Amino acid sequence: MKRIGVFICHCGVNIKDTVDVELLTEQLENYPGVVHIENYMFMCSDPGQNQIKAAIEENKLDGVVIAACSPTLHESTFQNVIEEMGINKYQLEIANIREQCSWVHNDKEEATRKANLIIKTALEKLRLNESLSPVSSPMTKRVMVIGGGIAGIQAALDIADGGYEVLLVEKKPSIGGHMIQLSETFPTLDCSQCILTPKMVQLAKHKNIKLYVNSEVEKVEGFVGNFTAKINRKPQYVNPDICTMCGDCIDNCPVVVPSEYDEGLSWRKAIYVPFPQAIPATFTIDTENCLGFDPIACGECRKACKPEAINYDKKPETFEEKIGAIILATGYDLYPVEKMAEYGYGKFPDVLNGLQFERILSATGPTGGKMLRPSDGKIPKEIVFIQCSGSRDPERHNSYCSKICCMYSLKHAKLYKHKVHDGQPYIFYIDIRSGGKRYEEFIQQAVSEDGVIYIRGKVAKIYKEDDKMIVHGMDTLTGKKIEIKADLVVLAQSMIPSEGVNKLIQNLKLSTDEHGFLNEAHPKLRPLESIQSGFYLTGAAQGPKDIPDSVAQASGAAAKVLALMSQQEIYHEPIIAWVDEEKCSGCGICISTCPYGARALNFDGIAEVNEVLCEGCGACISACPSSASQQRNLTDDQINNMIDIILQDNLENSLEKEDMI
Amino acid sequence: MKRFEPKIVCFLCKWCTYAGADLAGTSRLKYPANGIVIKTLCSSRIDSEHILHAFARGSDGIFIGGCHPGDCHYQTGNYKTKRRIVLLKRVLEQMGINPDRLRLEWISASEGNKFARQMTDFTEQIRALGPIPKYDRKEDISNG
Repeated sequence: MKRIGVFICHCGVNIKDTVDVELLTEQLENYPGVVHIENYMFMCSDPGQNQIKAAIEENKLDGVVIAACSPTLHESTFQNVIEEMGINKYQLEIANIREQCSWVHNDKEEATRKANLIIKTALEKLRLNESLSPVSSPMTKRVMVIGGGIAGIQAALDIADGGYEVLLVEKKPSIGGHMIQLSETFPTLDCSQCILTPKMVQLAKHKNIKLYVNSEVEKVEGFVGNFTAKINRKPQYVNPDICTMCGDCIDNCPVVVPSEYDEGLSWRKAIYVPFPQAIPATFTIDTENCLGFDPIACGECRKACKPEAINYDKKPETFEEKIGAIILATGYDLYPVEKMAEYGYGKFPDVLNGLQFERILSATGPTGGKMLRPSDGKIPKEIVFIQCSGSRDPERHNSYCSKICCMYSLKHAKLYKHKVHDGQPYIFYIDIRSGGKRYEEFIQQAVSEDGVIYIRGKVAKIYKEDDKMIVHGMDTLTGKKIEIKADLVVLAQSMIPSEGVNKLIQNLKLSTDEHGFLNEAHPKLRPLESIQSGFYLTGAAQGPKDIPDSVAQASGAAAKVLALMSQQEIYHEPIIAWVDEEKCSGCGICISTCPYGARALNFDGIAEVNEVLCEGCGACISACPSSASQQRNLTDDQINNMIDIILQDNLENSLEKEDMI
Repeated sequence: MKRFEPKIVCFLCKWCTYAGADLAGTSRLKYPANGIVIKTLCSSRIDSEHILHAFARGSDGIFIGGCHPGDCHYQTGNYKTKRRIVLLKRVLEQMGINPDRLRLEWISASEGNKFARQMTDFTEQIRALGPIPKYDRKEDISNG
């Protein structure tokens, strides 16, 4: 019989206040197999770990149960502790008496009774645990970055500089993301393009980076270190090696559509370059709007192209790439303003969202950097910025804070003032959140030097009167109704996860929060990676973030990936299926049940398990009609023993129970 | 008369519902302490035999939590569970066990609220149903 030690953590007062740890220690002292039991204030701390080590040595323990927080937090910490003492890490079980007991119950007696049962189930499972060693497989030293915004660019560059090959997959025809659309960045007011375009060029020229633009990841199979990704690339129809970028095709294209780069404030043709500094610098035909080349309905661009770079016969291509890790940098979109009828977006041309205003401010924008309003090209003299548009509004819109809007609305106001000296910007706000290096100073300066007027309150309605936008709101500090006759209104729309990511996330089986942002493995201690090993998160895909935070997270994720890439082999959890050859009848049900193709019949007609492919879901085990398939360290016997112990006192209570009804 | 406290065995998949149960904890939501959790990697690991075994040992209710359809970490495990539970409920009925004593719910890692609500609701439902009827061998024989 195993010699088991039980260690009960107080977690300060988190467990101790609701669970009677002394009573538990007493109750479990004589439980079969338990040779040592103790409780301590912080088991995960250094003294706590030393206490465990000392107890293992003194009592010659060969199995350990830690009754503490959820295994997602400290299972690996304690596994390391027992491994240091020469015990196999699979001889550790965590009894989750914090998240699933002390934190969710008020009654001390009830919680203690439940904690007792939780520890007993852990003991019953541990009793039959085998010592296992991880299954190893070779590491594919290539990385895929999904998304070519600033976060993806930074991560790709860092990894490529580290000497590993990177594939960068971008949905749009150019990398650059939303950052390339911005005019200037807070709080330093340096030009967004000036700091981003050199990075884009560096990326395009990097010998370790392979760029897939116009491409989407359709499917990813495999596991950390051994993924296979299927990438679909839409054709560009223009051969970049021949194209001279003369622009004759654009002049001859008869189709005019709103420009995505200018957020619909200017026009582009169906054959186009997204923006002058696009990487890769080539023309693309937008097949959704092109009059059609199959059969050829127009063909004007090909007729105009002297170097004959346009080929309508190009077809979409599919690539299969082997990679070891994946970085998700899928970015954000703005919350659709169409959902906010009270602000009249779409109805009034002079109500804009934040990105549209960035384009008006930008030197490369539709007005060439002149401050003109879209409806009639007049210079707006009074301008209203509305913060928290679609955020911090749990009843109707998003409940979360979009984090960057306080800063960018103020930046907008400031840049506006720099262009229109006699203009007056107003900002409607709920709270001003300026946590960040030099952010608060930026705000103070704008109020004192640029005369930005802050009004605390929400805007109820916007409507048009003559050529003015009438903004109705309430100043909640004075309790007075406010009416501003503005020339232009800018809505600070909240960030939402970028469109189309949902499908990708479902495909990759990644977890998201209730708003659709990617979930990190641990909110504080593992913010750069997903709970699914091999997947790393950066930028606004994980939550609203500004540029410095996105870049920091991207470099952090890149460092994580570099650490992973430096390993020669990747170790795979051995909690997988195995087959009792004596019992297997070779029926083959497990083969059709396995989602990974890890099952096959051998020459003797007996089912086998491919240890590298098996993920350990256990579907084949419950499907096996002869109980020949079992899961390592979660066998049928272990599950049944756990059930028995949970229901153990039923027999004792059964008489009492009859009286109760 | 003491209030009847049902015994409930909960099988939770590691990726979604177990994480959801942890979230209920970190959010300090409260629910009855009747359910004891057995963690599996996937809900598809849970064999009908385990459920029947638990009922035979006097479990008053059994709760199974898995990932939402389409979200299974193992691609299709939750669909297998769904099919199994639908069939098993019909078998339970024939065995004289109210199929409501077995509940399958999809609870994601972000649905701590839903987990707490389900635990409360299921416990109350089982409390209303009362203890699971005991199998009486003598009676079985006398009835032929």
